[in-house]
Amino acid sequence: MTDAVVEVEGLSKRFGAILAVDGLGFSVGAGEIFGLVGPDGAGKTTTMRMLASVMRPDEGHVVVDGIDVLAHPEQTKRHVSYMPQRFGLYDDLTVDENIRFYADLFEVPAELWRQRAETLLAASDMTRFRTRLAGQLSGGMKQKLGLSCALVHTPRVLLLDEPTTGVDPLSRREFWQILYGLRAEGVAMVISTAYLDEAERCDRLALLHRGRLMYCDTPAGLKARMPGAMLEIASPEPRRLRDAVQGLPGVEGVLLVGIGAHVHVDDAAARLPQIAQALAAAGVETTRMETVAPTIEDLFVALLERGEKAS
Amino acid sequence: MAAEAAITVDGLVKRFGDFTALDGVSFEVGRGEIMGFLGPNGAGKSTLIRILCGLLRPTAGRAWVAGLDVATDPEGVRQRIGYMSQKFSLYSDLTVAENLRFFGGIYGVPREALDGRVAEAIGIAGLAGRDKALVSTLAGGWKQRLALGAAILHRPSVLFLDEPTSGVDPESRRRFWDLIHDLGAEGVSVLVSTHYMDEAEYCNRIALINRGRLIALGTPHDIKQQAVDGELLAVEAGNFGRALAIVRAAPGVREAAVFGRSLHVVVDSAAARGPEIEARLASQGIAGASARRIDPTMEDSFVRLVGEAPG
Amino acid sequence: MRLRRVRAVAVKEVLQIVRDPRSLMIALLIPLMQMFVFGYGVSLDVKHIPLCVQDREASQASRELVRHFGASRYFSAPRPLAGQGEIVRRLDDGTCRIVLVVPADFSRRLNDTGAAAVQALVDGTDSNTANIAANYARAVLSAYSAGLRLDTVQRRGESLQTLSPVDVESRVWFNEDLESRNFIVPGIVALVMAIVGAQLTALTIAREWERGTMEQLVSTPVEPMELLVGKLLPYFGLGLMDAAICLALAVFWFGVPFRGTLFTLFFTTSLFLLVVLCIGYLVSVSIRSQVAASQVALLLTMMPTVLLSGFAFPIDQMPALVRGVTFLVSARYYVHILKAVFLKGSGLTALALPILCLAVYALVLVVLAARAFRKTLD
Repeated sequence: MTDAVVEVEGLSKRFGAILAVDGLGFSVGAGEIFGLVGPDGAGKTTTMRMLASVMRPDEGHVVVDGIDVLAHPEQTKRHVSYMPQRFGLYDDLTVDENIRFYADLFEVPAELWRQRAETLLAASDMTRFRTRLAGQLSGGMKQKLGLSCALVHTPRVLLLDEPTTGVDPLSRREFWQILYGLRAEGVAMVISTAYLDEAERCDRLALLHRGRLMYCDTPAGLKARMPGAMLEIASPEPRRLRDAVQGLPGVEGVLLVGIGAHVHVDDAAARLPQIAQALAAAGVETTRMETVAPTIEDLFVALLERGEKAS
Repeated sequence: MAAEAAITVDGLVKRFGDFTALDGVSFEVGRGEIMGFLGPNGAGKSTLIRILCGLLRPTAGRAWVAGLDVATDPEGVRQRIGYMSQKFSLYSDLTVAENLRFFGGIYGVPREALDGRVAEAIGIAGLAGRDKALVSTLAGGWKQRLALGAAILHRPSVLFLDEPTSGVDPESRRRFWDLIHDLGAEGVSVLVSTHYMDEAEYCNRIALINRGRLIALGTPHDIKQQAVDGELLAVEAGNFGRALAIVRAAPGVREAAVFGRSLHVVVDSAAARGPEIEARLASQGIAGASARRIDPTMEDSFVRLVGEAPG
Repeated sequence: MRLRRVRAVAVKEVLQIVRDPRSLMIALLIPLMQMFVFGYGVSLDVKHIPLCVQDREASQASRELVRHFGASRYFSAPRPLAGQGEIVRRLDDGTCRIVLVVPADFSRRLNDTGAAAVQALVDGTDSNTANIAANYARAVLSAYSAGLRLDTVQRRGESLQTLSPVDVESRVWFNEDLESRNFIVPGIVALVMAIVGAQLTALTIAREWERGTMEQLVSTPVEPMELLVGKLLPYFGLGLMDAAICLALAVFWFGVPFRGTLFTLFFTTSLFLLVVLCIGYLVSVSIRSQVAASQVALLLTMMPTVLLSGFAFPIDQMPALVRGVTFLVSARYYVHILKAVFLKGSGLTALALPILCLAVYALVLVVLAARAFRKTLD
């Protein structure tokens, strides 16, 4: 990550009274998968659009592959591929026709794009659907076709806006294997996702909340910042469990889940006996009690709470 | 049918022309139980919910909701159920209170009870004091809780939620699930469909559905235990590309794939193979590699179970 | 501008048009239907005006006068009325649009003074028809009195010349039968081309917005001019097909004489087509919904063409200000050209001015359309 392919600084965008993106800054290196993570409305799509230079920021700088996007929006488009949420596929065109359309727009030489189309379609197991209309593909196949269209001109930067929303887990895994292949080829990737569990697949993450970058680190680095630990307590009476545990010293939060509750504590070793004692005293039946690895969602909520307390 | 079951589904089949959306689905949901339907888009989740709401007629099989046959008494069923779709179905140009009064009216809530129920729903949504706010001005999480409040105005005994948390931030999602657990405790049976694999944790039981078939049914914990054929190791290594090839050739390794900057490896025994893999990597020049046991995720289960399913 | 990208866009549009047989049918059937509806619906000829007669004299002379009216194809068979009350009633309920009242002293006055008056009561609610009916009535009367005068003169043994020193003999050129259809149908071709042409392109950009393909398209290196040309080409071909349908109907179905050359016709039609396609494209660029774009395009083309192109309402009869506005209506030039090409057989040189106006119009719109499209989502 010596040379940054995408550099973003002080990026802001306002829609009327809403500040959709607020002073964002980060950089992405060649062969890096950078994740923009956050709920809907956090500013992911707006950021992606500004990186793809299909939307002009109000403030800030975006440099992609050494070119200032604001000054030369058209020049960057040759080296960047953008896959918007709705894939940009023409439903009434076949798989081949869609790929060819984008190959023509990027002026990819004929033999080259034919060869690439073959490789891309084979890699995503789509070869037998080449003459099928895009509108008749399943969500997962559409997504893979969208990616093939985006890759037909060998971009140096790939921007993917929520590419796996509504896609089945199998296709999602295949999709990530393709991205890992591109990473090995040195493509810089920015990917936005609302699936917090998916964020763990990225090399680095930016947690976005209300247009602002809250944290930016590797998934492991972010998890290391998670204060305390998570206990999973299985119980047939989760609500009584919650009432008994809430308010105990060191308990930061209780979340009801299907099998019981997840209890967020400052120190697992110290609090586990205390909690067990309190539950026994209250007569709450429990079947299992163990520490579990916090999910990125646990992390997100904990970090946001901490951020709000601080501000 | 069992007296305690709020929903009984027996061999339900639904075909649209050549396409089989539901292929012999059977299950029961008990009173006060929260049942999750997990699957990708197009798996048949929405079709199932529509049949149970009496909006679609099954091709074959039968279903009872709140003791009534959905095919012979769809009107009776609709009186006893609440339904909330992912679009929330609220009128954005009406106020919070106006929306609730409207839904109270069409659900036939008695006039004398309406004011009380509307106030209650506003309380559930956490919108006390904002009852005159236009729905269009509310953020996603508020809208979602308001839609839930509207869906339970008439005190249904069964609640259907079709992808209720799409596009809602993690904090709001947690508050929403708290409300669902409260309803479950009051004896309302809840059937939720979602394609967020991690959301399954909140349910008492989950059904994994793919291509119209149930591929697993059980508690989240049980299903995750069946997730992998063996145990799962996360291997951190500097050069993960080269490490992958080495790990794949190691004894006892059943599967290995890149996951972010680490490898996920399925082995017969984590305790035995972990140190072996570390040593093997070190001997081949990849120093400082670590292998630790991790819990499989719901997505791991899904991928494995779909892979095993015939057809 | 890269040819390859233009071709890519054009090929894509053609595939989309061909794959949607329903809209293709509409694109070809709508002009056909509109030609029939307007061709039969709009006619300025007034025939068989309901006529009632109150003949208070019932003499040979008065009956002869009524027979003259009955023989005319402009009026229906005269319907006799009894009293004053019935006149009002018949005019009210519409059985009569014109009532001819022959006074009781008609023959006497005619014999005594050589001149007699008859009264024509015309229903003025439709002023156009009323005018025409009154004019026809005058024409029938003057024919009748000319016949009378001839009789008188012959009876008196005088020479004809002394009575009618000047005789105007008018000859109508280009539309010898004064058939209004001949003059209106070419105008209708312009109207249909304006409506259909703008509709064809009104959807093309709006559809990309609605289906979400625009976002990816603007992220590619495609230039606005390439997009414009690529998108217009297929619709230009479709528009020419529509033009061929309309023009063939005009000549072979409505029997409008065609005296010009096909080259002039298609050259000018291409120019006009370019104008209306660009109008549709401009609308589509600025309005991102297909339904709204289609309605606005309809409004922008149909209204000015019907009212201000001179296809039915003569421009030189309009107030000066409105006449000024008509110069901004592209259809005005095309209507003028079409009428001239059809009825006069005018060529390119004779029509140089309107053709130049149309060409300038097209050029301005092409530039505007290319510039209007911005490669941004803002």
